[in-house]
Amino acid sequence: MKVTFPRMGTLEIPLRAFFNTLGIKVIVPPPITDKTISLGARYAPEFACLPLKINVGNYLEAYEMGANTILMAGGIGPCRFGYYAQVQQEILADLGVNYQMVLLEPPRGHLWETLGRLWELTGRASPARIFRAGRLTWAKLKLLDELERLTAKSRCREKNRGQVGGVYRRALAWIDAAATLKELARAEGKIKGAFGALELKAGTPLRVGLVGEIYTVLEPAANLYLEKFLGELGVEVERGIYLSDWVTSHLFLDTLRLRREQRAVEKLAQPYLGHSVGGHGLESIGHSIQYARRGFAGVIHIGPLTCMPEIVAKTILPVVSREWDIPILSLFLDEHTGEAGIHTRLEAFVEMLRARNSFNQQLSLPGPAHSR
Amino acid sequence: MQIIGIPRALLFYHYYPLWRDFFTGLGLKVVESNPTNRAILLGGLQTAVDETCLPVKIFYGHVQELKDRVDYLFIPRLVSVEKQAYICPKLLGLPDMVRHSLPDLPPLISPTINFNRRGQGLYNAVFELAALLKVNPLKALYAFGRARGRWRYWQGLQQRGLSPLRALEVLDGKPGVAAIKKASGLRVGVLGHPYNIYDPYINMGLLERLRDMNIIVQTPEMLPPGIIASHVSQLPKKLFWTLGQYVMGAGGHFMQDGNVDGIIHLISFGCGPDSLVGELVERRARREGFPFLLLTLDEHSGETGFLTRLEAFVDTLKWRQKE
Repeated sequence: MKVTFPRMGTLEIPLRAFFNTLGIKVIVPPPITDKTISLGARYAPEFACLPLKINVGNYLEAYEMGANTILMAGGIGPCRFGYYAQVQQEILADLGVNYQMVLLEPPRGHLWETLGRLWELTGRASPARIFRAGRLTWAKLKLLDELERLTAKSRCREKNRGQVGGVYRRALAWIDAAATLKELARAEGKIKGAFGALELKAGTPLRVGLVGEIYTVLEPAANLYLEKFLGELGVEVERGIYLSDWVTSHLFLDTLRLRREQRAVEKLAQPYLGHSVGGHGLESIGHSIQYARRGFAGVIHIGPLTCMPEIVAKTILPVVSREWDIPILSLFLDEHTGEAGIHTRLEAFVEMLRARNSFNQQLSLPGPAHSR
Repeated sequence: MQIIGIPRALLFYHYYPLWRDFFTGLGLKVVESNPTNRAILLGGLQTAVDETCLPVKIFYGHVQELKDRVDYLFIPRLVSVEKQAYICPKLLGLPDMVRHSLPDLPPLISPTINFNRRGQGLYNAVFELAALLKVNPLKALYAFGRARGRWRYWQGLQQRGLSPLRALEVLDGKPGVAAIKKASGLRVGVLGHPYNIYDPYINMGLLERLRDMNIIVQTPEMLPPGIIASHVSQLPKKLFWTLGQYVMGAGGHFMQDGNVDGIIHLISFGCGPDSLVGELVERRARREGFPFLLLTLDEHSGETGFLTRLEAFVDTLKWRQKE
């Protein structure tokens, strides 16, 4: 059995750790390129959302490398993601691609069912071994999230372009190479050291919040390296969602911590959107308000074209923007989106934020009205 | 007398008699918007976000057409009408989307119906509305029971082959057609959401055109719910969109039980569930060599292209019948 899975951000690192610890062969699809995207778009339904298409591209590229089993997550709706696997299976079957798909459905309170399925996939490894693998995977997820935060904080302050990118790539390799928790702790020390040694510019950069659908937020190839681009423009980007959040909310019961945060976000969004709409639509609204309250200069809202929850969010965000006095830019992405077009719009948005900031300072306004 | 407005779009085609008779039973006056026309379409296009689907844009247009004539707008939030299934994300957010993008609206009446959650069932909604409109809850309950009975009768009329609007006329006491003529000819199954199939403006009179070609049309609404449910249950995973289930179940029935000669699937541009459900139906039709035509509706659809494809499809069906 050679297991593969769809790429999403740096998800391949913790997953590789999980399977390697259990002694299962993993074939990670090659990094997403234009070729991956057009391969997926060729066989996936035209009006499906971008992640489904890229997934198909991943499967096909991994298949050529010899993978024969796909690990994929499910869902209970109403977002389309919950039915991805069924559609993708049909696409692969019609192409004559011989894949077996193992599905991890989020438990409706049945944690054991998920665990049972995982257990089958692991070749019924001993519980102790699975526990070890799970612990290492989780630790890597957490460290990767931390790495993303550090990178976003440093990139906008780097003196020489590419400095932070270099550290980031090395850090990924260190995390990937760590085979035990001990080695991972060492990697963490090295990463902190490397970031600490960076020479950074003084001053406070413009702060922008990134909200939206999770795949497009996490996968740089899908958002045309938006975070890196903004960082290089000297903008500090903070996101509402990280990789480990996705894992907790999709595969396992929400932890207590996440629930509490979730409730706070829902409460903020309540006056604008009275009900969850699946995916991350409600979070996009709640997080935007949080950024406004914290005095961010602006919010960038992204999602795949035709994404239903984010369309609801996009409809409502202009009202949030007006009432909370924070500029919000909504961008929808698909396989035809050109890098130059998106980058031009981002540049213009950042210019506008800068102009707005200095204008407000000249008037010596006490910051956005709601940031108290 | 207070007037409640119901936009003639989206779930209007599923629930109108239920809603109307409930409110009239409470002693209120109900008006609905005019049938979709160019002005309504344009009104929707100008106010809804570009990325949203055509039916939601049209809904916006109907709200604008209606808003100045009514005291309240009835836009319920239908989250789920059966356990472990949903309507669609955009319809879950519909009252909020409308409220935040159209100015000068009368108050919205938006009860939440969610069968997945305790305390958000039908009776809660009935009592909520009774409190809001200041009517006796028992009277509301009675009105609801009566409206529900009539709504079921209306659904039964559709299963006997009447279109929703024709069934409404019969429900309201207009003489019904004796029996649907059992014409012999080509039979075509038309799949799609009722708001696409039964709005002749957005589908360019598809049903009428088919009938003019002497084609017997079958729609999901004409099938007994049991048949649809039995085909849906054959899916490897429960389909969590209720409206998608009708399409999927009816599609399975059409192909498997061999009672139609071909299938036309009408989807609207930008519809999320349709993009996947449509794909599943189309792939199955292709595998089985079943004649299948996918028509995508959007605001730019040209009538000529539409007609050409329709006629070509019907010609194909005729050839096949000869062979």
